[in-house]
Amino acid sequence: MSGGQVSSGPGTDDVGADVDCGSAIHQLYHYLDGELTEQRRSKISEHLDYCAPCASAAGFETELRQIIADKCKDHVPDSLMQRVAQQIDAERRKQVDIDPEREHPE
Amino acid sequence: MADQARFSDLAMEHMPALYSAALRMTRNPSDAEDLVQETYLRAYRGFGSFTEGTNLRAWLYRILTNTYINSYRAAKRRPEIADVEDVEELYLYHRLAPTDGTLSRSAEEEALASFTDDEVKAAIESLPDSFRMAVLLADVEGFSYKEIAEITDVPIGTVMSRIHRGRRALQKALHDFAESRGLVGTAPGRSSE
Repeated sequence: MSGGQVSSGPGTDDVGADVDCGSAIHQLYHYLDGELTEQRRSKISEHLDYCAPCASAAGFETELRQIIADKCKDHVPDSLMQRVAQQIDAERRKQVDIDPEREHPE
Repeated sequence: MADQARFSDLAMEHMPALYSAALRMTRNPSDAEDLVQETYLRAYRGFGSFTEGTNLRAWLYRILTNTYINSYRAAKRRPEIADVEDVEELYLYHRLAPTDGTLSRSAEEEALASFTDDEVKAAIESLPDSFRMAVLLADVEGFSYKEIAEITDVPIGTVMSRIHRGRRALQKALHDFAESRGLVGTAPGRSSE
C-alpha cells in the first residue's frame, strides 16, 4: 500500500501489483481509452487481474460506454440524404459552369 | 490533394454518425439537419485541402464542430460548466453497486440496459457544450484524445479534463433518471469522503 486514504477506489487491496486501488481507478479512463504508455497500461492491467473490486468497476465502465454508444444512434431522414446529394450536385454544376475546362479538358 | 469527384463516394457514408452528433449538439432535428447540410457543403468546397488517405471522419467532425460553434452555439444559452456539479469517479457504479463492493455481471447489465435511448440522449444533451462534444467524440465516436484535440482545436490536457468531467456529469445525469424511476436509491457508495 503506498499509503494515504483511498476515497474513490472500490477496494483498498493492492495484492500483486505496485498500483493501489486509488491510483488504478484514477487512471481507469486513460486505461480504457487506450491512452496510457505500455508500462503504465501493463501495471493497471496487472492490478485489475488481482483486484476484483477494481476489475468489477472497470467492467462496469466498459459496459456503460458500450450502452451509451449503442443508444445514441439516430436514423438519418431520407430527405436529408437527398438534400445533401442535390446540394453537392448543384455545387459541382456551378463549378463546371465557371470552369468548363474541369470537366472537358481540351 | 483530394479529388472533389470522389467526395460523395468517400463522405456520404459518415452521415449517420454526423447526424447523430449534430442532433446531440443542437438538440433539435431541424437545426441538426441544417448543420449536417452546411457541414457537407463546406466539406465539399474545402475537399481540395483534404489529404486523401488521412482521417476523413475526423476531418468531417472538425468541420461539423466548427460550423456548430460558429453558427448555432451563439443562438441559444446552454448550461455552463460552472453550473455542473462535479461528482466523484465511479459515481454511477457506486450507486448501483451493493454494499459488498461488487456488482454481479447480470445486475450490472440489467441496470445499464434499463436506460432507454431517450434517457441516454437526454443525459448527453444536458451537458455543457464543451463536455458534450468531448464525451460524444470519445465515447460515441471512439476518437483518441489527440484526434479530439485536433477536431475541437483545444490542447490535449483540456480534452482529457473535459472528457473525464463530462463522463462524471453524464453519470450523474443518468443516475438522476434512474432515481426518478425508482431504480436506485440515493445512498452513496462506500466512499468516505
